[in-house]
Amino acid sequence: MRDTRGNRLLFQIGAILFALLIANLVLFLAGAQPFAAYKYIALGAVGSWDVASNVLVSWVPLLLATSGLLVTFTVGLWNIGIEGQITLGAIFTTWAMRLLQDSGWNPGIILTIAVLAGVLGGTLWALLAGALRTFGGVNEIFGGLGLNFVATALNIWLIFGPWKRPGVASMSGTLPFDRSLWMPIAAGSSRLTPATIAIAIVGIIAVYTMIEGTYFGLKLKAVGRNPRSAYILGISTWQNMMASFAICGVFAGLAGAVQVTAVYHRLIPSISSGYGYLGLMVALLVGYRASLAAPVALFFAALNVGSIQLPIVLKLDSSLAGVLQGTLVLFVILGHGVRARLLKKTKRTP
Amino acid sequence: MQVEVRGITKCFGAVRANDNISFTVPSSSIEGILGENGAGKSTLMKILSGFYSSDSGDIILDGEKVTIDDPADAIRQGIGMLHQDPLDFPPFKVIDDFILGKKGGLIPNRRAAIREFNELATRFDFSIDPESYVDTLTVGERQQLEILRLLWLGSRVLILDEPTTGISLPQKEKLFATLKKLASEGMTVLFVSHKLEDVEALCNRATVLRQGRLVGTVEPPFDTKVLVEMMFGKEIPQEPKTQLRMGTTVLHAKHVELEGIRIQIKNIDLRVRAGEVIGVAGMEGSGQILFLSACAGLAQPVKGSICLDEDEKDMTGKTYHEFRKKGVVYLPAARLEQALIPGLSLTEHFILSEGMKGLFIDRKKSEELAKSRISLFNIKGRPDSPVESLSGGNQQRALLALMRDPLKLILIEHPTRGLDVESTIYIWGKLKERCARGTAIVFISSDLHEILKYSDRVLVFFAGRVTPPLRASTLTVERLGRLIGGKDWDSIETEVSHA
Repeated sequence: MRDTRGNRLLFQIGAILFALLIANLVLFLAGAQPFAAYKYIALGAVGSWDVASNVLVSWVPLLLATSGLLVTFTVGLWNIGIEGQITLGAIFTTWAMRLLQDSGWNPGIILTIAVLAGVLGGTLWALLAGALRTFGGVNEIFGGLGLNFVATALNIWLIFGPWKRPGVASMSGTLPFDRSLWMPIAAGSSRLTPATIAIAIVGIIAVYTMIEGTYFGLKLKAVGRNPRSAYILGISTWQNMMASFAICGVFAGLAGAVQVTAVYHRLIPSISSGYGYLGLMVALLVGYRASLAAPVALFFAALNVGSIQLPIVLKLDSSLAGVLQGTLVLFVILGHGVRARLLKKTKRTP
Repeated sequence: MQVEVRGITKCFGAVRANDNISFTVPSSSIEGILGENGAGKSTLMKILSGFYSSDSGDIILDGEKVTIDDPADAIRQGIGMLHQDPLDFPPFKVIDDFILGKKGGLIPNRRAAIREFNELATRFDFSIDPESYVDTLTVGERQQLEILRLLWLGSRVLILDEPTTGISLPQKEKLFATLKKLASEGMTVLFVSHKLEDVEALCNRATVLRQGRLVGTVEPPFDTKVLVEMMFGKEIPQEPKTQLRMGTTVLHAKHVELEGIRIQIKNIDLRVRAGEVIGVAGMEGSGQILFLSACAGLAQPVKGSICLDEDEKDMTGKTYHEFRKKGVVYLPAARLEQALIPGLSLTEHFILSEGMKGLFIDRKKSEELAKSRISLFNIKGRPDSPVESLSGGNQQRALLALMRDPLKLILIEHPTRGLDVESTIYIWGKLKERCARGTAIVFISSDLHEILKYSDRVLVFFAGRVTPPLRASTLTVERLGRLIGGKDWDSIETEVSHA
């Protein structure tokens, strides 16, 4: 087999078909009509302006997380600690908001400071994972996982301890902020915040430009593909790894800040909403190609939002979205693997 | 057991590692397998022990043609191999390591195994506690453990790959006594080594390989001169060299002591001068790479210091990047693993090595840079070719093209290994151009002709020892071969003390 654009596309389409096949099998075993399920997912995602705007609300933090992860992927790191980094971003944002909410300052200034605080929180948590890896020899997957647990524990402690609602602490989170401190909502919508959408779009464009067009991006690629050779070529390895952790932390912190200021308007126990892990799946699916991140993230967000309808209309669990996303990632990666093997085989026997 | 190989051929890509090799080793004998690096010894032994399968040819045991599927199959058929680095399990207890690999029931009978282990150990006068941990044993003891294990599994052919590296003299003597005893009991021993002395002391016969082919078989008494000539080829008359220019000091290694995984080298003293070429000879793994790495900050000496330039600036403990800033580069032999980045194009490599300033990459300018370097270094490839798509010779040219100009010192492992004649001449032409402009070169090579042809001075490494720099003009392939094989070292030391 030769390495052509045609068979690459063929493998990708094949992977999607296989994923659908497995999803259909799951639906069949659950006793549901697959096509009815897909129809309701589609309707649930784009059936009305309201649900479509919900998709965009979910798209923003997912795209932010994916953008950050593309940077760490480029340098060859599995920043699984992104969940904790999102949580820390949310905590720092909440902290800043609580400090400033009664200051009487302009809400715009307070929100800006709060978002920057979130960026700081995400970055610090990411640098911690980076330092563990660089100076402590702790693999970033284990370090990140550990820090995720610490972040969750910290979050719960704050919600049930120092930041608890007056009277009784609640799983529903801290007391919501005053409406004047919410991210401005677009006219005619209940939840859509144009500012956060702008941040996400600028973010992914910045990441794309950085990876594809800058010296820094090329250095990250070099370190990611072969740190030894990169070092011999005169490229600092651990410094670039730390930098990519920091950049990913910036994006994770932004995602956390968005969750607090634009989605929940308070700190809740599951504030990261799993966007970190979902972002890992999107990043895996698009490989190194930042250009595909925005549409794929949008599709994943649509699946998530669309499947909310399933329990109501079809008595199916909404985790079907997860099944679809998971099988899709699995088969696309499997397709890459099989294709690479076939390409290698042809190389050996010319 | 009589071992016969008939017409064994094995290719790796374009390289014929074994080319139609045939010989027979009778039972109850110790056969030395001699050859320089890359001669094909290890490949042949790995085919015999089931790690590789040959492209063609037969293995015949006791007159019967056999196929060997994998190492476990080799052991079932009676062939056990003792690898240069013992393939044991350091976190295990000796007895658990010993039991491993034995077919048997679900639950191993440890008590019986311990009894048999002790019986075997007493027979060969080994003293290893079966309840101790493998990682507390010395290399020599781990070797003994492996031998016991292979015997217990029923080996009737024992292959030993460079077994005398890294073990003490008493352990070596015990090993030789054991092997002789085993041979007298009917064992066939294949003893792979580059140490002429060991082969001469132990073996009933020596088979010499060179460049994948069988050169011949020699019976004792061994004539070292004949063996060296068989291993390294005939003397080639040398062209007279231009007089050595004594430039300023580029590098001064002062009483450097180095420690590697299984090697310790003491007291290397070398002053490298601008424009000179120093060849580093020795069997692979004798510490040459460690020494070169230390000269570039890629490894740290245990004692002594590395100084650069005429003013002898002490660079000990500095990183490679600081050496690099001072005009030192290191070119590893494993091009795709350690020097180039698979997946990136030639242009991208040139951009990276130039260390350009600014934020954005100037695509047009960098492509022009790549084009000019590609034509200057005669690389067969396009600016957007990924480096892994280039041939070995072109990858090596690319490596040279990536070096900045000017440089003070180039440290290079095997500059022309695996390259064709045209590329070899081209690469040395480029390197000599640099020398003419004052760059010093220190290179490692296992090709003695290359060492003698291009070096002004030569260092020879052998089992943790290093010769003082020897004038290349006073050396011959034979003398070099003897030094690499561990001969004549006393005379070197007396020469130096008289000088």
